[in-house]
Amino acid sequence: MSTQLAAQINSLLAAFILLTAFAMLAQRKKLAILHLFAWQGLFLSVSTAIVGFVAKSHHLYISSLLTLTLKVVVLPYILHVLIRKLKIRKEIEAVVNVPTTMLIGIALVIFSYHLTAPIRELSTLVTRSTLAVALATVMLGLLMMITRRHAVTQIIGFLAMENGLFFAATSATYGMPLVVELGVALDILIAAFIFGIFFFHINTTFDSLDVDQMARLKEED
Amino acid sequence: MNFSPGSILSASFLLLLFLVLSAPFLRAKQRLLIAIGFSITAVASLLAAFAGFWTLAGGVTYQLVLPLGLPDLPFHIRLDSLAGFFLVVIGLLAFFVSIYSIGYVKGFLGQRPVTSLVVFYALFIAGMLLVVLSDDAFLFLVSWEIMAASTYFLVLFEDERPENRRAAFLYLVVAHVGAIAILLSFGIMAGLATGFSGFEGYTFDAMRKTVLPSGWAAAAFLLAFFGFSAKAGVIPLHAWLPEAHPVAPSNVSALMSGVMLKTAIYGIVRVVFDIIGSFPWWWGSLVLVFGLLSAVIGILFAVMQQDLKKLLAYSSVKNIGIILISIGLAMIFSSYQLKPLAALALLAGLYHALNHAMYKGLLFMGAGAVIHATHERNMENLGGLIRFLPWTSVLFLIGCISISSLPPFNGFVSEWLTFQAFLLSPSLNTPILKLLIPLGAALLALSSALAAAAFVKAFGITFLGHRRGPDQGRVHEVNWPMRIGMTMAAISCLMLGVLPTYVIKWMDPIAEKLTGATIAHSASGFGWMWLTPIAHERASYSAPVAFAGILVVVIVTYVLLHTRPGAIRRAPLWDCGFEKITDRMQYTAASFSMPLRRIFGFLFAVHEEVKQAPPGRHPAFPESFTYQLRVRDRFWGWLYKPVIDASFWVSRMVGRLQQGRIQVYLIYSFVTIIVLLLFV
Repeated sequence: MSTQLAAQINSLLAAFILLTAFAMLAQRKKLAILHLFAWQGLFLSVSTAIVGFVAKSHHLYISSLLTLTLKVVVLPYILHVLIRKLKIRKEIEAVVNVPTTMLIGIALVIFSYHLTAPIRELSTLVTRSTLAVALATVMLGLLMMITRRHAVTQIIGFLAMENGLFFAATSATYGMPLVVELGVALDILIAAFIFGIFFFHINTTFDSLDVDQMARLKEED
Repeated sequence: MNFSPGSILSASFLLLLFLVLSAPFLRAKQRLLIAIGFSITAVASLLAAFAGFWTLAGGVTYQLVLPLGLPDLPFHIRLDSLAGFFLVVIGLLAFFVSIYSIGYVKGFLGQRPVTSLVVFYALFIAGMLLVVLSDDAFLFLVSWEIMAASTYFLVLFEDERPENRRAAFLYLVVAHVGAIAILLSFGIMAGLATGFSGFEGYTFDAMRKTVLPSGWAAAAFLLAFFGFSAKAGVIPLHAWLPEAHPVAPSNVSALMSGVMLKTAIYGIVRVVFDIIGSFPWWWGSLVLVFGLLSAVIGILFAVMQQDLKKLLAYSSVKNIGIILISIGLAMIFSSYQLKPLAALALLAGLYHALNHAMYKGLLFMGAGAVIHATHERNMENLGGLIRFLPWTSVLFLIGCISISSLPPFNGFVSEWLTFQAFLLSPSLNTPILKLLIPLGAALLALSSALAAAAFVKAFGITFLGHRRGPDQGRVHEVNWPMRIGMTMAAISCLMLGVLPTYVIKWMDPIAEKLTGATIAHSASGFGWMWLTPIAHERASYSAPVAFAGILVVVIVTYVLLHTRPGAIRRAPLWDCGFEKITDRMQYTAASFSMPLRRIFGFLFAVHEEVKQAPPGRHPAFPESFTYQLRVRDRFWGWLYKPVIDASFWVSRMVGRLQQGRIQVYLIYSFVTIIVLLLFV
């Protein structure tokens, strides 16, 4: 497989990642979002493996494997169990309606391309063109956290943000040192557990996972 | 170890440090802790006073760089004549008060642990000494904050009472607003010393060498004056003072009022005369105006008070005013190159600072003794204490005479010197000053007269007559350490009043250094008996002669009264036709100040209310009356309340950011990221 072809495949995967990010923004059903998140993780993992092949840095295979296990299997599984156990059925939950969100998302993607333009000129890596996509994924994750009300979707948004960061790391610099990636992976796992525990508590306290309920915690003046 | 002021001072600091560190280990033995703790502070303060005295008498300057502080910003210490003088002021009163405290703090035994009182008391003294010694802005502010923070905890000592917490908080706020102003002032001077390029300008030496552009110099001066005024309690920044001084334990209020306010005076003198050096006349007139304002309004407030310690606190405002008047005059004279007059005014101000430390310390200790004996601060419930507290009442009387500026005690000398500075001033060719100086002299005279009225009230209502309030059993004279502490302060009041020529001679190096002129030569030109500032044909005062004369009169009167039989006749009081005279039919504190309240009432928010009981009856036949009087500070509504309201309004507006919705918080960070990405 030539470098050129690898770069092409990587760009394609980047496009898929961006697509899943948009799909998550548009999707209203929690389980579907969770599946999309798993798909995003899969694309990310494949992309990491390809970058590792191109850059001949073999530790990227390990991070690819980590991504695969954590973000495609473990985390979706945990969240899936959570959704089923908490019996979350209510589906409509967006603060801003979907078309508007999509428009903001498109604006953010353009903004990302605009921002990374100077970096693309300087960089010599084959993966440089995907940096903008990575940045856009981060922003779309954040946008998802802002526009959703439900704690579970907010967490998926957070994890999607993390995906974007990971993607940025591999595409801009051929990956962070393995130690750092292991640490980040562990953090994500622990964060997921903590979220799980918090969900139970929020659910028992407010009888709902709607974060708007938490506005009641505000100090009265 | 060689024997020098520097080594004595280090011994003093080591003692205080040792006490602060070891006090927590003694907390199980409170009685022992009081005895040991206050003995150590007494020794340490005496050592500091001695070192200061030596420095000033020797006329030598010691400098030292301590390898403490931040990297590359070591602490600078400098012991010069001005610092030496203030070391004496602080050390001497702290010595008296520490001895007094050995007895006074025992009153808290069994009520509350006193470990914190001992620790913060020692820190407070150490902080004040360090303020005076520091020779760079960094150490100055650090020690300034040590002083402010430790006094905050001392004011808060009896923290279960809400008024204590309120007073302590108010004090902390004002102290920090002042500290910010001082910090900015030093920042201007330090920045201009290096052209805002490095940190080397933070030493006072570097600031001294810099000649500031006049605009920046004025900004630095105004900020410093504001900051130090907040600490000194200059009107209108005095609001914390009458709140904090009464609620603190009396030994602490003696130190706060007696010497902590003086550190602010020190700061003004240090910044204006030493660091900035040359200044236009209007700086002096500004200081003079605020001094006059504080002197007159402060003492008027003092006259109105019913609370003994509040009266003393307001009188501190007045005395700070007098000191500022002298310093303002010194600045005016100095800017017109009238060096001997500037020296006279400056020394008068510093002399008054020393005197005020002594008699105000004595009076607060006396008030503490009254509270210790009666557990009552309100003068309306006191009276007739002279029979139960003979020592305290005599010593308190000495304090009252001194503060009312009557010879032969010390208050007279320094106020007289201030008057001389006013009266000897030639006609200056500025219309404002031509108006201001005679007016100032008149206002100073008014404030002195009012001070006498205030202290006749303080002494008369508290110690004379009969007990007004509910009698709570027999009142005992206070214990010996308290008596000794007060007696020593009283003796120093007398000595400073009787031997002014020596004091002036001793203080002369300060004037020489800061104004370039000396007055000792002309002031003691006629021997040690006669004080003749500047021109002997204009004015002279012989303290020893006055003292001897007064002593003779007092002795003769006493002998005439007590040796001839029948000279003292005891008879029943004329009861004005009433059937029975009760203790409540006496001149009260409120009625004593009533004439002055009528004349100067427009300055206060006076609220009088007379209620008849029972309400339905014909007004001609009431059963009983209740009279309520509230005299409040108008400055609170004019100056403080708007500021408080504004800051609450701003906080509420900022509080609206706090939506309580996670999405909104996320938007905040999202927008921040976008904006940063766009523009940075």
